Amino acid sequence: MTAASTAQGRTVKPLAVKRSLVERWLARIFLAPTVLGMALFTFLPIIASLVLAFFRWDIISAPQFVGFANFASLAEDPTVRVSFLNTVVFVVVAVILQLGIALCLASMLQARMPSWLRVFLRSTFFFPLVLSAASVSIFMRYMFNEQFGVVNWLLSLVGIPAVPWLTSPAASAAVVVLVYVWQNFGFSFLLFLGALTNIPKELHEAANLDGAAGWKQFSNVTLPLISPTVLVASVMAIISALQVFDQPYVLTNGGPGDSTRTAVMVIFESAFQQLEFGKASAIGLVLTVLILAVTALQFRLSRRFVFYQ
Amino acid sequence: MPSHTLQTGTGKHSGSTTDTPTTPKPYRTRRLPAASTVGRYTALAVAAALTLGPVLWTLSTSLRTPSASFNLPPSFLPVNPDFTAYQEVFQQINVGLLVLNSALVTGLIALGQMASATLAGYVFARLDFRGKNAVFSLVLATMMVPVQVTIVPVFMLIRGMGLSDTLLALILPAVPTAFGTFLLRQYFLGLPNDFAEAAALDGAGPWRIFRSIYVPLAVPGMAIVGILAFNFHWNEFFRPLILTISEQNFTLPLGLVTLQGNLGTGSISVVLAGVILSMLPALVVFIFGQRTLREGLTAGASK
Repeated sequence: MTAASTAQGRTVKPLAVKRSLVERWLARIFLAPTVLGMALFTFLPIIASLVLAFFRWDIISAPQFVGFANFASLAEDPTVRVSFLNTVVFVVVAVILQLGIALCLASMLQARMPSWLRVFLRSTFFFPLVLSAASVSIFMRYMFNEQFGVVNWLLSLVGIPAVPWLTSPAASAAVVVLVYVWQNFGFSFLLFLGALTNIPKELHEAANLDGAAGWKQFSNVTLPLISPTVLVASVMAIISALQVFDQPYVLTNGGPGDSTRTAVMVIFESAFQQLEFGKASAIGLVLTVLILAVTALQFRLSRRFVFYQ
Repeated sequence: MPSHTLQTGTGKHSGSTTDTPTTPKPYRTRRLPAASTVGRYTALAVAAALTLGPVLWTLSTSLRTPSASFNLPPSFLPVNPDFTAYQEVFQQINVGLLVLNSALVTGLIALGQMASATLAGYVFARLDFRGKNAVFSLVLATMMVPVQVTIVPVFMLIRGMGLSDTLLALILPAVPTAFGTFLLRQYFLGLPNDFAEAAALDGAGPWRIFRSIYVPLAVPGMAIVGILAFNFHWNEFFRPLILTISEQNFTLPLGLVTLQGNLGTGSISVVLAGVILSMLPALVVFIFGQRTLREGLTAGASK
């Protein structure tokens, strides 16, 4: 320190040079854990996946080049095909429900109400987000049990006969959607709540003066103003729904039949149960391309439809 | 929504809207809000009940005796709590070990992410080197890669490193964090430059400027990264399912799913006691760090 302060009085330049040298080395050392870690655990695996997708490999015998056969299995293998179809249907239904519920609740919270009530409701809707999807699926599986589950008991109170929630194809698909939405709507809700709170009050007052109230005000004033958030929330919801695994794995294990099997479940089963690592990589790559496509679409759409202030 | 819930809700909340009949005619707009207020409170009450109901059922069922746990009618409030299920879950599985594993994995990932993201975020915000923007873009790009596409090669890599079926297999790949790096970069960018200039005039080197000035100021940003990492990895299921093999290396969610598989529908309350125990740390985070968690969760969307 004393050396530095004496040097400072006489010559400034050598110190600056020395400093930038130190800074450059500091930058390298500081970046090392993150950059090396990502190279090892993200970039290397991506390249390995790209290569592996063209091979048949069961980890024991030598890998065998098979060209596009692994990708062809997506079209030929009925389980893979059905699971991708399931995933798409799941994404559409779950995302619409999740965003719809979140937007309704967030706008209802904008009305005048005691602040303790608002805080209570916000915390309530947010709470499922801090739970583990596996734990939630564990207790939901009991709740949807056909004989002694709470859901069928509640339905019996209003005279609805017991629904075979986890043993019929349609009902079990519905359960997976419901359990997923139950846990995740809070995330979209938080995003919408933030966006709605940021709308200047004067805009609503002006709309009221012009006679636009209720649905008219919502669709013509509120919705355009939060459209950037609607877009971001949809994209984030779609990306995370495309990767659904925990809920169907614990609730139904993909069954009955293949009715609740999702793309990620097939990746898991191909790799770690059937030891078809090449096939798993190919399916994983297709899923990644889907996710990238959704992200790319976000950028295109945001230029076209979204209203920025 | 079934109509019967709407009716009960209306009855419950009609007290808050007693002004409906007395509203004078001239205020045309007053009557409309009154009707919509009833609807709004009803919908909010139903939504809150549907959100909290399953959790309350889980709690009160875990406090029933194992033999009575699947009796109907179900209970939503823990009257006459019975702790047999909590004793039994410790006998059925090694809860202590599961908690220890989960705590070790989650804690070390959180600390590792906080440290590595602080270092990297600081470089991207405040230091200069050639190719900085390119490296930063590559780091951000990893956010778009789903874990499912890297898991097969990561599994093999871990095997090759001789870390198969260890807790390190879960920890190491989760430490580099694009989102945390991004978050702390934003945080450091928001801090004024004056401090660094003043300290440099006083002769402080780059390391001291970082260590003594900017790290203490970045603690709130580090807390966001730590809490997010804790929340995510405490609840994680997919990676532990693949990367751990023997039960002694299981984390809590994996252990509980295995327990449910073993017990089936035999003694619900035992499994649910485990579920409630596994929720406790998340509950602590929820109560004391909710604001930080909310900020962190929504930070990715706003920028």
